[in-house]
Amino acid sequence: MPMPKPKLAIYWCASCGGCEEAVVDLAEEIVELLQSVDLVFWPCATDLKRADLEHLPDQAIFVSLINGAIRTTEQEEMAHLLRQKSRFLIAYGACAHLGGIPGLANQFSREEILRYYFETGPSTVNPEKAQPQPSYTCGHHTLTLPDLHYKVRALDQVVSVDYYIPGCPPTPTLTRNALKALLAENPPPPGSVLAPDVALCDQCPRKATKPLQLSFTRFQRPHLAPIDPQQCLLAQGFLCLGPATRAGCEALCPRGNMPCSGCFGPTSRVRDPGAKILSSLCANLAPKTAEEIDAVLDTIPDPIGTFYRYSLPRSLLRGKVNTSPTNHAS
Amino acid sequence: MTPPQNHAPKAHRAEPRIGFYVCHCGSNIADTVDCAEIARYAASLPGVILARDYKYMCSDPGQELIQQDIREYQLDRIVVASCSPLLHEHTFRAALARAGLNPFYLQMVNIREHVSWVHKNREAATAKARDLARAAIQRVRHHQALQPIRVPIRAEALVLGGGIAGIHAALLLAEAGKRVILVERQPSIGGHMAQLDKTFPTLDCAACILTPKMSAVRAHPNITLWTYSEVIKVEGYVGNFTVTVRRKPRYINEALCVGCKQCVDACVFKDGKFPDEFNAGLSHRKPIYLPFPQATPQVVVIDPDRCLNLKTGKCKKTCVEACDRNAIVFDQQPEVHEVKVGTIIVATGYDLFDPTRLPQYGYGRYPNVFTTLEAERLVNSSGPTAGKVRLRDGRVPRSVGIILCVGSRDHRTHPWCSRTCCMHSMKLALLIREHAGAEVTIFHMDIRSAGKGYEEFYDRCLREGIQFIRGRVAEVTDWAMTAKEEGHLVVRVEDTLAGFVRRIPLDMIVLAVGMEPQRDARELRRILNISCSNEGWFLERHPKLGPVITFTDGIFLAGCCQGPKDIPDTVAQAGAAAAEALALMDRGYIEQEPNTAYIDPDHCCGCKSCLPLCPYSAIQLDETQGRAFINEALCKGCGACVAACPSGSIQQHLFEDEQVFAEIDGVLSYA
Repeated sequence: MPMPKPKLAIYWCASCGGCEEAVVDLAEEIVELLQSVDLVFWPCATDLKRADLEHLPDQAIFVSLINGAIRTTEQEEMAHLLRQKSRFLIAYGACAHLGGIPGLANQFSREEILRYYFETGPSTVNPEKAQPQPSYTCGHHTLTLPDLHYKVRALDQVVSVDYYIPGCPPTPTLTRNALKALLAENPPPPGSVLAPDVALCDQCPRKATKPLQLSFTRFQRPHLAPIDPQQCLLAQGFLCLGPATRAGCEALCPRGNMPCSGCFGPTSRVRDPGAKILSSLCANLAPKTAEEIDAVLDTIPDPIGTFYRYSLPRSLLRGKVNTSPTNHAS
Repeated sequence: MTPPQNHAPKAHRAEPRIGFYVCHCGSNIADTVDCAEIARYAASLPGVILARDYKYMCSDPGQELIQQDIREYQLDRIVVASCSPLLHEHTFRAALARAGLNPFYLQMVNIREHVSWVHKNREAATAKARDLARAAIQRVRHHQALQPIRVPIRAEALVLGGGIAGIHAALLLAEAGKRVILVERQPSIGGHMAQLDKTFPTLDCAACILTPKMSAVRAHPNITLWTYSEVIKVEGYVGNFTVTVRRKPRYINEALCVGCKQCVDACVFKDGKFPDEFNAGLSHRKPIYLPFPQATPQVVVIDPDRCLNLKTGKCKKTCVEACDRNAIVFDQQPEVHEVKVGTIIVATGYDLFDPTRLPQYGYGRYPNVFTTLEAERLVNSSGPTAGKVRLRDGRVPRSVGIILCVGSRDHRTHPWCSRTCCMHSMKLALLIREHAGAEVTIFHMDIRSAGKGYEEFYDRCLREGIQFIRGRVAEVTDWAMTAKEEGHLVVRVEDTLAGFVRRIPLDMIVLAVGMEPQRDARELRRILNISCSNEGWFLERHPKLGPVITFTDGIFLAGCCQGPKDIPDTVAQAGAAAAEALALMDRGYIEQEPNTAYIDPDHCCGCKSCLPLCPYSAIQLDETQGRAFINEALCKGCGACVAACPSGSIQQHLFEDEQVFAEIDGVLSYA
């Protein structure tokens, strides 16, 4: 009888689906991968159900990739279930790693979000002001929906995580390398982010053109100004987060003539990525008086969305303090 | 240079063995903070092996207690909750070292300045002390063994200011074999003392005691004298300052001029036409002049605002013809020099209070109201009147009043006592009476004659018939109310001993103007990076125990730039400043706090963000590897690069991220 193949599970939480695409992006190699593993769970691509997962013994799955942040009670339950069934749990992609784009919702309370989407939003027509409820009884039938937590959390704020594969989405190279290392029983140190622990400038073809003094007089936005394809983007005034972002993507965005938006998150040495890049940029502003400095900073229309785009739940800011006394979800 | 230990990879840390000590500081802390409770609380925290409270931790027995515990309980981290680390960090670090522990395993908690001295509620203060103690205990477990950094000290000194303080300090340093650069902004050294006639209480002639010292400065092989020069930039740090000095053009070749003054005699201006600064404006000088007979260096100077040739280019230049040494150089340009020195002594002196700010005393309105400095020039035999005390119209005054505390001890102007005016005025009183035979009355609030021989001098004035009236003068007026007052200035004063308001007619009034900081003291303070008190006097590190050292290592204070003082105190302080500078320079090195920043080459991405931020140019880019590195000998630990490194690849010893975050977590977590 042949050796049983190691089991693989893939699951999505609060995410856009891009990370699923990233797995598919392995292209021909996905065939090789699927031959070497036993795919036990991947709701996006297969018809396997939660019950199939529940029937597995604990730790039966060799590795689970979870992408997406944790926003609903269902996502939290699934994260616990997969943790229980898996030997290695990997936070896959920026949302699972740091909270990601869904994490920006932490700037608002749950009530504000629901009110906006179901009442006050410009495209909303809802005269009864109906809002989704966790359960609804109709005759003898009760329907339930997962509840929304008060906050968006990264995966490791809910369950313990063995490895992180960063990126929005992760690149095929990083995915392949990580799975190969694990399948070869050559696991990296537990808790590591599976990308180089150095900033992106290291891999950027424009690095040599970065001047000594940046001396920002204003910040440019990529859709409003022409971008020189050779020169350092910061030197052109674009908010490129490369110096504050972990390498590993081979500088895909700068090579595509776009500034780095920081999806790989900070290096292991940085506790609050937004504060770190801010303190670095502010040290390089040209003006010296408070008013002139304000004028330069005013050219950044959305500071949190810029500097904490992928990392708000895992930053020191965390999110808006809830005033509701019934904050049941941590 | 730093020994390699500071870069050793972080060893795997065993659970630390922390000793915690809380000091009562007599009653300073114990009155407001429940010290026994803090010790009980600390003992309950993880890692704390023992916690004690003690009356005086800084005492010998207190230090001995720590040392004993380290040996007996194998403690490897120490937290002391007491006063400011500024005061006793050194003390406790030394205690750790004596017990064989690396001194940087210490963390202090300031529960005196930060808690007991600023709070009244005992319960709340104790709770705050508990939070701070917890923060330090959490922090100290991340401390690492470090070695202090040795930095060499250059043996050259810069003395800033050529008054008696600067002269004395420069001579002492030069005598001790150090190279000294003395920078003075006026064309001659000598300062205010050179303008004085006699000095109290001995009445010896100021010029007679000062001139030999001025010549000695000029002649000393170890002293480079730069007059008519100003310091415009100071960079670097203790032992290694780079000072930029701007030498103003005096339009004279200093090496050629011998001070014969033939050019002055030959000037197209037949007579002096412009106010003579040295004589406080009581006489007039020409555009080309020697500041005063004993001026050092003996080199004339041309005033570019007055000289016809420099102003208009149209002059017969008779001075050039007269100078047989061809020393006059009309196209002389300012020179900028950069010098490297190990220590700096600041002796920039004071300004006199401007009495026009107190219009009730009539200075500038009534011609016969003078300042003490003007009176000083009048009694001086080389002064504008050759020592004859004369009113502005040439008459000899029959009666003279000296008003004390003009611009001193007055909340409308300056609250401080200028310390010299009482003695100065009594000396002037004796001299004026001697030179003019006038009756002299001194109007005072108190006579402050503390000093060796000073009270005896006051006694002498009383015996010799100087009049003293106690009361702050309300006004000086020429409005006569009686025939007797006609043609006189009238001093209106409440005589607080007699108990009524008097009007006293006098011929001449002398205002004893106080001292105030130099007008540009604040600018200089920024150049030197030293502190000023609110009033603008340069700030000493400790009013009792560090009166001539500043908060900037290697910069010392002498004389009145630190606060008003008389000549003996100034000379004593100049000597002390020279001794402090010598102690540093003779040792040849100092040990610096190893709070330097460092870059892990494996983590740096070479983004260059840090490079322009370093004020000490300590960061360099290794172009071949594309990595930045920090020269530890140049790093001063300011932390600018640490904060700005976008990938967190720069850390700082003693302020590692994990130490700071542990401290923050400790202070913010709920007990």
